[in-house]
Amino acid sequence: MPEPATDMVLLKAAGTPPRLLAKALFLAGLLLLACLASLLFGAGDVGPVRALTWLLGGGDDEAHFVISTLRAPRALIGLTVGMALGVSGALLQAVARNPLAEPGLLGVSAGSAFAVALILVMGASAATLRVGVAQIGALVGCLCVLGVARLRGVDGDPIRLVLAGAAFTGLLGALTSLLLLYDQRAADEIRFWVVGSLSGRRLDDLVAIAPGLLVAGVITLLIARPLASLALGERVATGLGHQPKLIRLLVIFSVALLVGSATAVAGPIAFVGLVVPYAARALAGPDIRRTLWLCLLLGPLMVITADIISRLLVAPSEMPLGVLTALCGAPVLVAVVRARRLPSL
Amino acid sequence: MSTPSDALGDEAAGLEASDLGLAYGKHTIIEALNLSLPQGQVTAIVGPNGCGKSTLLAGLARLHTPSQGHVLLDGQDIQRLPSRALATRLALLPQETHAPEGLTVSELIRFGRQPHQGWLRQWSEEDQCVVAQAMEAADLQGLADRSLDALSGGQRQRAWIAMTIAQHTPLLLLDEPTSALDLGHQIEVFELIRRLAAKGRTVVMVVHDLASACRYADYLVAMHEGAIIAEGDPRDIVTPTLVRQLYGIDCTLIPDPETGSPLLAGIRRASS
Repeated sequence: MPEPATDMVLLKAAGTPPRLLAKALFLAGLLLLACLASLLFGAGDVGPVRALTWLLGGGDDEAHFVISTLRAPRALIGLTVGMALGVSGALLQAVARNPLAEPGLLGVSAGSAFAVALILVMGASAATLRVGVAQIGALVGCLCVLGVARLRGVDGDPIRLVLAGAAFTGLLGALTSLLLLYDQRAADEIRFWVVGSLSGRRLDDLVAIAPGLLVAGVITLLIARPLASLALGERVATGLGHQPKLIRLLVIFSVALLVGSATAVAGPIAFVGLVVPYAARALAGPDIRRTLWLCLLLGPLMVITADIISRLLVAPSEMPLGVLTALCGAPVLVAVVRARRLPSL
Repeated sequence: MSTPSDALGDEAAGLEASDLGLAYGKHTIIEALNLSLPQGQVTAIVGPNGCGKSTLLAGLARLHTPSQGHVLLDGQDIQRLPSRALATRLALLPQETHAPEGLTVSELIRFGRQPHQGWLRQWSEEDQCVVAQAMEAADLQGLADRSLDALSGGQRQRAWIAMTIAQHTPLLLLDEPTSALDLGHQIEVFELIRRLAAKGRTVVMVVHDLASACRYADYLVAMHEGAIIAEGDPRDIVTPTLVRQLYGIDCTLIPDPETGSPLLAGIRRASS
């Protein structure tokens, strides 16, 4: 019989650091503020004071209309898209073991956008159809770029994977533009969509993507533990009784569902999946079981904040959200790449 | 609080290879190999580079699917065991390990509890206790919250071994557990392995250095070109002829004055 472990050792071996909960609560508070701000600010005549009056029970019909039919759905969509993009980035980075693996940079969003452009040109327009097609496009994009990543030489160098993704994204972007050149109607319909934006979306879009998001959420919950062990290497994960190949497939499937859904609603929005997991890791450490929770809060926080800024920056017109996230995200990418060495996952 | 007993002696841990063949594609590494590992002892697999020792270990751990024959754990074919069930009976430490930046010692060791957890069985007091014991066994008290990157090579390797200890399996397979360590750290790790065997675990390790294998193993398996050319107590089987067969060197063997295990002296390239 070994000596009983001391309390001190037991304490050290204990689970989640209590600080994580405090951080999560703080972020939840910030997110709540962002949501509120998203209802208060916007282009048009309804300013913060009128909006707040309506929220507090008073106010006028115009404020009612603007908030309940324009700003509230927009905030909800921002919340959903942000969660989907933040989580998908964390998942893709974990499965590629690459801190730069971001759905927007690797061509997953571009694959999704290309697929949607393709069916629009072919004459379709139903929202539900668009969601399914966007998800299939994301899946194909994901498989293509991870297939490239497994080729000899690219494997093991995070930056090469991003280069492969950039080439792929560029190619798909060019093809999408080409399609739109030939079809003016489709071009008008998706010109704003293709740069990524939350404006003019309807709540129906959320209903269409709900099933996909639900499935992705359940899969993510089921595979979180084995996925965390994959960070220790394939052999160790196998030794712990997991099946890395199966986990990887399931992760890719959920990433496709998440990115496809987000893209179907808001268009391709890059860099959220890079910046959000990066911040989450800085706050919660390397274990994906913890970073995922923070991504659920940080993703919408970033998307909603960027959306508010996009409304105010060049009011009364709007800057597309995708442009703004790229403006914030690109410097982060440069900073990460320029760092003395890449953080390893 | 009840402390789970660390004695694993009541669980049998017989691992055998029967007519085992392992291949990469069409390239056969091991053919028709038979081996039965002594329980509760330390077995070292030695041999020159490329002799198939790591492949054999991978086969024993089911990282590699046999092209022929079977690996039997207590008489059962390991290919037929569910992954989780296997992971509660056999723990494995690969040669090259990699941990994400910032992972702490206690976080790493907690991974060892995964095979014992499930949807209905989340983190428990027993897990906590086993992790604390593993940390104590590997002499890592006080380092629980240290990041792995901040440890010495020996401490880091002991932390990885502690993860496999926390898996609480009667069998431990270690692939070159000391390959990247300096002499002092090697001894740290080998002494930990001896302590584990003293507590009833069966340890199988691939070892590069014949002298360390002789010093720390109860049972030696010498491999050459995918076949076992000698096995048994190192004091009985290690002879100048065997050393010559394995490594192509001539040497004189003298017994270690402290332990009696064979030491290699006067090493020179074999005159052909």
